[in-house]
Amino acid sequence: MKTKFNTDTKLESEIAYFENINLKLESGDIIDSFKLAFKTYGKLNADKTNAILVCHALTGDQYVAGNNPITGREGWWSRMVGPNKPIDTNKFFVICSNVLGGCAGSTGPKELQNGSDVAYGGNFPSVTIKDMVKAQSLLIESLNIEKLFSVIGGSMGAMQALQWAIDFPDRILNIIHIAGALKHSAQNIAFHEVGRQAIMSDPIWKNGKYFENNEVPERGLSVARMIAHITYLSENAMHRKFGRKLQSRDIISFGFDADFQVESYLRYQGKSFVERFDANSYLYLTRAMDYFDHDETFRKNIEFSHNPNNHLKYLIVSFTSDWLFPTIESKMIVNQLNSLSREVSFLEIDTDKGHDSFLLEEPQLDDVIKGFLTNNFAKIDE
Amino acid sequence: MNKINSIRKDWSLIETLIAEDRKILDIGCGDGGLMEQLENNRNAITHGIELNRDLAANAIARGFNVVHGNAELDLSQYSNNSFDYVILSQTLQAMMKPKDILSELLRIGSKAIVSFPNFGHWKIRLQLLISGKMPVTESLPYTWYDTPNIHFFTIKDFLNLCNEMNIVIEKSIGLTSKGKQFDISESVTGVNFFTHEAIFLLSYKNYEPIKIKSSKKVFAKNSVIAN
Repeated sequence: MKTKFNTDTKLESEIAYFENINLKLESGDIIDSFKLAFKTYGKLNADKTNAILVCHALTGDQYVAGNNPITGREGWWSRMVGPNKPIDTNKFFVICSNVLGGCAGSTGPKELQNGSDVAYGGNFPSVTIKDMVKAQSLLIESLNIEKLFSVIGGSMGAMQALQWAIDFPDRILNIIHIAGALKHSAQNIAFHEVGRQAIMSDPIWKNGKYFENNEVPERGLSVARMIAHITYLSENAMHRKFGRKLQSRDIISFGFDADFQVESYLRYQGKSFVERFDANSYLYLTRAMDYFDHDETFRKNIEFSHNPNNHLKYLIVSFTSDWLFPTIESKMIVNQLNSLSREVSFLEIDTDKGHDSFLLEEPQLDDVIKGFLTNNFAKIDE
Repeated sequence: MNKINSIRKDWSLIETLIAEDRKILDIGCGDGGLMEQLENNRNAITHGIELNRDLAANAIARGFNVVHGNAELDLSQYSNNSFDYVILSQTLQAMMKPKDILSELLRIGSKAIVSFPNFGHWKIRLQLLISGKMPVTESLPYTWYDTPNIHFFTIKDFLNLCNEMNIVIEKSIGLTSKGKQFDISESVTGVNFFTHEAIFLLSYKNYEPIKIKSSKKVFAKNSVIAN
């Protein structure tokens, strides 16, 4: 990609504005101006060699660590990113940006259309993982960072990390790809479709124009979240956590109240989600994941890329109980990289916590990420 | 000689078989000990495969390129001749299909280094002969029912297999149980009796590539289509 670096780019209170940049999307649509909300942690060193981009998953945001002002809670990966954490901000300069199409301050369906006082809603162009990464690359450029030491992400974040390796191999040294795949599987698309249908069949959705009446399709969005949340867990984890335990009662009600703890938990997950996430954004981002497919093209891209990518190191991690992005999907990436003699490490972590494991307490994940980063960083310092 | 010393001895002998600046695959690499040694002392580029999850995690955390997986299933993903050396240290006897593994080693690597405990060692023979029970020794320390070693073989067996598979033995080092080192190919008599552990440097016989003469380019075209 030839980036026309625009002087109109300005960094302002953790929002980067890219004006008149005419970002061409994979769909062919063009966004003339856009903004990315981002957060940084730690300090960029003098040689600018210690920058790490963390890519968030479907419903994540730029608040990877510290306090998240939207939820009032800790950042989504604060157990991983921070001083003396596995991704150590005493050592590394960590950047995390809200993806294009997101709803935490970056340009997306919730934001006003350029030069108007109406939000995009359903008029927002379709974005892909490739588009998100392209936008991120402009952000990194505007921060005057030539080369990222690492791009790290789980789930949709892993997709972005892989896309970085494909599109900008000369601008990164390694990727850490957790619980991801070369493609979004039919089953995953199916789950997303059910979620989208839940939103779109909510009468308040109104073709994406719910904001005109200051309304939110809460029911649809919360059902979408409930379905998705099930896919992030595993049967064992659910059983361990809830079993058939009843919620605030001793006997079943013979009705449709949330008798079971698991029901109550899912309702809570759905309810709290609508407070922080935009329904249209959910439609667009799930679609972006659905469109992700490097099954046929990954090998060619890596093998015949005109970009120098031989130096790239890959760390691929999967979880035994992840049925959304099962180990076999990660192994396909590993197979292709090995067949091209690339520097790849792979670990399947044994856990019953399902797809969400990457966000949870998994000491082996911490150890591997910390060691991989520390030792590989020491090698470039030599 | 205890187990750790025996492995260290094995590694230092393996190191002597390896030239500088080569690309190496270590099968059953553990936490990357041999890889580290070869990177430091031979300036090698190393890759590893390790079946044990915790060992693989350690190796990765130490910064090595290690794939957590099963060599018997995963070797097929590597391309022909993608390594200068493929090392299989002390694990051939634990493989389900040692013959297949051996041919995979030499498909992936230009050369293979294989080390194994010799089941033909006199102590083992004596144990079986006298006690009538499956031998348990320092290099094969497991009882028959919980041993990971499922294919026992002697140096003679190994030499026969190499011969059958047209594998060339470039170098062979034997170790006695006292740690005395000798060249297996030079000492003919009693080798199979006295060798406690053996290390082989293997390669395939160099065949002349088959050249098909064709005055027209039609043949090349067809071969593209056939692919």
